Amino acid sequence: MNSITISTDADGIATLMIDVPDQSMNVIGPDFIADLDAAITRIASDDAIKGAVIASGKDSGFMAGMDLKYFGSMLATSDGSRPQPSAIFDQVFVLNQLFRRLETCGKPIACAIEGTCVGGGFELALACHRRIVGDSPKTRLGLPEILIGLFPGGGGSQRLPRLIGVQAALMYMLQGKLFRPAEAAMLKAVDQVVPQGTALETAREWVKANPNAASQPWDVKGFKFPGGAGGFNPAFVQTMVGALPMTLKQTQRNMNAPIALLSAVYEGAILPFDRAIRVESKYFARVAADPQAGNMIRSLFVNKQAAERGARRPKDQPKAPTMKLAMLGAGMMGAGIATVAAQAGMEVILFDRDIAYAQKGKAHVESVLSKRLGKGMTPEKLAATLARVTPTATYADLAGADFVIEAVFEDVAIKAEVTKQVEAVLGPDVIFGSNTSTLPITKLAGAWSKPENFIGVHFFSPVEKMPLVEIILGKQTGPAAIAKALDFVAQIKKTPIVVNDSRGFYTSRCFGTYVQEGAELVAEGINPALIENAGKQLGMPVGPLAVSDEVSIELGYKVMTAAKKELGDAYVAQRSDDVMTQMVELDRLGRKNAKGWYDYPENGKKALWPGIADLFPRAEDQPDVEAVKERLLYRQLVECARCFEEGVLETPEDGDIGAIFGWGFAPYTGGPFAHMDTVGIAHVVAVLDRLAATHGDRFAPTAQLREMASTGGTFYRPAPSRAAA
Amino acid sequence: MEAYIYDAVRTPRGRGKPDGSLHEITPIQLATQTLEAIRDRNAIDTADVDDVILGCVTPVGEQGADIARTAVLNADYAQTTPGVQVNRFCASGLEAVNIAAAKVMSGEALFAIGGGVESMSRVPMASDGGAIAMDPAVAYKTYFAPQGIGADVIATKFGISRDDADAYAVESQKRAKMAWDEGRFAKSIVPVRDVIGQIVLDHDEHMRPDATMQSLGALKPSFTALGEEMPGFDTVALLRYPELERVNHIHHAGNSSGIVDGAAAVLVGGKDIGDKYGLKPRARIRAMASIGSEPLIMLTGPEFVAGKLLSRARMTAADIDLWELNEAFASVVLRYMQAMKLDHDQINVNGGAIAMGHPLGATGAMVLGTALDELERSGKGTALINLCVGAGMGTGIIIERI
Repeated sequence: MNSITISTDADGIATLMIDVPDQSMNVIGPDFIADLDAAITRIASDDAIKGAVIASGKDSGFMAGMDLKYFGSMLATSDGSRPQPSAIFDQVFVLNQLFRRLETCGKPIACAIEGTCVGGGFELALACHRRIVGDSPKTRLGLPEILIGLFPGGGGSQRLPRLIGVQAALMYMLQGKLFRPAEAAMLKAVDQVVPQGTALETAREWVKANPNAASQPWDVKGFKFPGGAGGFNPAFVQTMVGALPMTLKQTQRNMNAPIALLSAVYEGAILPFDRAIRVESKYFARVAADPQAGNMIRSLFVNKQAAERGARRPKDQPKAPTMKLAMLGAGMMGAGIATVAAQAGMEVILFDRDIAYAQKGKAHVESVLSKRLGKGMTPEKLAATLARVTPTATYADLAGADFVIEAVFEDVAIKAEVTKQVEAVLGPDVIFGSNTSTLPITKLAGAWSKPENFIGVHFFSPVEKMPLVEIILGKQTGPAAIAKALDFVAQIKKTPIVVNDSRGFYTSRCFGTYVQEGAELVAEGINPALIENAGKQLGMPVGPLAVSDEVSIELGYKVMTAAKKELGDAYVAQRSDDVMTQMVELDRLGRKNAKGWYDYPENGKKALWPGIADLFPRAEDQPDVEAVKERLLYRQLVECARCFEEGVLETPEDGDIGAIFGWGFAPYTGGPFAHMDTVGIAHVVAVLDRLAATHGDRFAPTAQLREMASTGGTFYRPAPSRAAA
Repeated sequence: MEAYIYDAVRTPRGRGKPDGSLHEITPIQLATQTLEAIRDRNAIDTADVDDVILGCVTPVGEQGADIARTAVLNADYAQTTPGVQVNRFCASGLEAVNIAAAKVMSGEALFAIGGGVESMSRVPMASDGGAIAMDPAVAYKTYFAPQGIGADVIATKFGISRDDADAYAVESQKRAKMAWDEGRFAKSIVPVRDVIGQIVLDHDEHMRPDATMQSLGALKPSFTALGEEMPGFDTVALLRYPELERVNHIHHAGNSSGIVDGAAAVLVGGKDIGDKYGLKPRARIRAMASIGSEPLIMLTGPEFVAGKLLSRARMTAADIDLWELNEAFASVVLRYMQAMKLDHDQINVNGGAIAMGHPLGATGAMVLGTALDELERSGKGTALINLCVGAGMGTGIIIERI
């Protein structure tokens, strides 16, 4: 036994101190399961033990969920094939039975929670007879499994509804929402909140004072769910009938975990507890056997964290945190970057060519931060953060900055001029980052004497909210610049991807194809409502026409015109170019002038512009929604594959994280590359060939895809089911 | 063997609320009184009634445990007469008649009674639960949404406006008033009596003959919140009908069927058994049919039922003199009129459930009786009677006056 230490005091109260070795946070793995099993046997059989308290021996918190490596091993099969639900059930039900043994061992068990207690950790707590939480503003409890494509499968989906009622339990579990301690106590998810650091002592006292409190409420005859349950309880029926559409609003029909969770709660509600957890484990096994959860865990969790911890950072470079940032351009983007930098504790010189603009930028910082007052922001903190931002219109004020980010007008000549002015003050050894979203980094780097110190740092708007930063390497960008940029991203707690230079880089280029395919569909006379619904059904946050309005049709038009001008004869014209041109000529620019694909009435909801049908007469034969979804999806997939083949992307990890967090690519897939691996490259190629034959070369699969299809290759190596092992 | 309709009775419809006249009358009493009327009006020996089939949509509580056999016993029918309760949702009452007719046609029954009962004021709609709405796996698979959402989807998909629906509703009220004023329902109505024998209701009390476009215009749509906000069934509707930008919510209490209490019964038999009692058959049953269709839009079944009925009867729409479709929602009838190319003059000539109410389990037998009375009154020959049904079904019948 190396993850749990048992000590018994003079009163016969055993303390189970959990400290899983080699882990910063307690997680549930095979050793812990074996240790808890042994501990329960001892508590039950040792007459000297009157009851027990479970606590954490780590300062990092009580316990998180299952060790993802262990979870992966459950999904592994000897031949790399997809796992069978029955095989997964046998493994996951072990934990469920173990927690069940804990709560039926015949002696009172209390749980002393200090710090984070989520997932399997919270499920362990729910299997105790009393939950006592040390109060701290940072402590969170609950069942967030749904966020990684799973649902609580260690009895949580059965115990929480029995404790706090079906409706409240579903509300938290379906959204993966966590409880603050007081909130948990109010809902009765925990029994007692005590001052921080006193949970263990309180728990011991409770066990001592309650030697007979060894039954869960659901094991007492006559137990009823708070608020009721079962098909003849109107409140329960209403909750169940309503929970599905509410879930579909969030997930369309793309996520299997929330549906399985609903079924587990619904079916479990009229079962005795031992049968209920068995049904829960069966649904859990079904969800776990689907590649969806594995894909989501890999991209949204494992790889995202790895990126944030510097997966792409050159290892030999010394730490290079930014102390003083020279922020050039105080518009929306510049002010946004200034905000997050100042919040991270950096000094920010906010430069614009006119001091009034610079001051306006600082006012933006203030307004953004003021909105967070009361939500973790105090007036003192606000004042201190603002004091770190210095607006200026004088280049000389940039002196002393150790990192530069430029977010001035998107024009090569203007950017070059600014770049040179900055170099005159700071010298070429400082790292210079450009927040351009479209202009080639290699070209812009020409204005800095040491192009190895020039790098692209592409932020997304609004900067305060968007989680991704796309780092773009010019041809000559060196390791010091990469390290500096990645350290900066880490300081502002965002997620980086690293890509190579290309028109539109990775995210803008691939996101653009979603919008363009929407325009192609419109041009063919496809019902715009069908196009929009298809986009949403695909799992994109909004339809292609709606997002086109949001970023503005005019912007797309400008990017297209610039590319045409620069590429000359090499430019490949698309039908969507004409569509954008027509719209711009009609002054239908997007949401910015309240006229785009949609009309935006002042006192009402936006509605698709009826004039679309005049411009692009409705085709007599309308496609099936699946056909529209397929085009919107595969147009993006093929562009992602091109980025991979061309070397814009060096890893599928960057591609998947960038897609999900950059342009909202259907998160349930784990990203475009995970999706292609999952459906099979041969299938992808077959679909692309078919689409290319009907709709044009923009769908033509890459040579690399064909090669992979013929050799059984995948983007991730080894294949997902093995990777999980 | 041919099956004939010998008689049809119904109770008046009471407002399905605590202040409704029939609220104090138990559903078993409603069913009992209609069975008594069938027996007594026709002076038949109930030993010749080989089955009683009653529709009931919420067969729980006092409507549970086979209310048909319970009513048979309670009405002092021969104890040899069995009874069975059926549930085809809103068409249960007609389905019961169709089953009765099938039993006669097959030779299983001499007489059979089909009918239905629903006390919506005493046994609330949907209080029986049911997997189709409540079981998440089933509701997911079938794209469940309540029927009001389906009715609004029909309106949106087929271009039926709020004004169209309100105008239809105003006319339904006018026709029902006119029909009552002229005594057109007199042949079928069996007033309901209380425990001391007093008549508690002798007319349909849900009617609002003074309804106007203006008064209906003031009513708020009933399914906007359910569709757009909590819990948001429009999402489900658009998943199924992605060609729609949004759902246009046009239905409200004034252009949808009313919640009421009531019961009905129809006596069906072969030629010989009628002759035995000297009864003259009132109508011959030409065809019966039920169908299933897409369950979310739910209520477009009638056009498919009509097609199936006409083809089974080797008839065309032109052969039908009178059309009757239960007025579950205005859009249901308006869509049916579009699909079958009918004028309002040809259908629901004496109003319908928007004016008089829709006692779920009983309505099917009621609209059949209404059509039969109208054929006799107007001297017309054939009628096609039809109801839209939950979960995308439809049930109908063609009768021919003799």
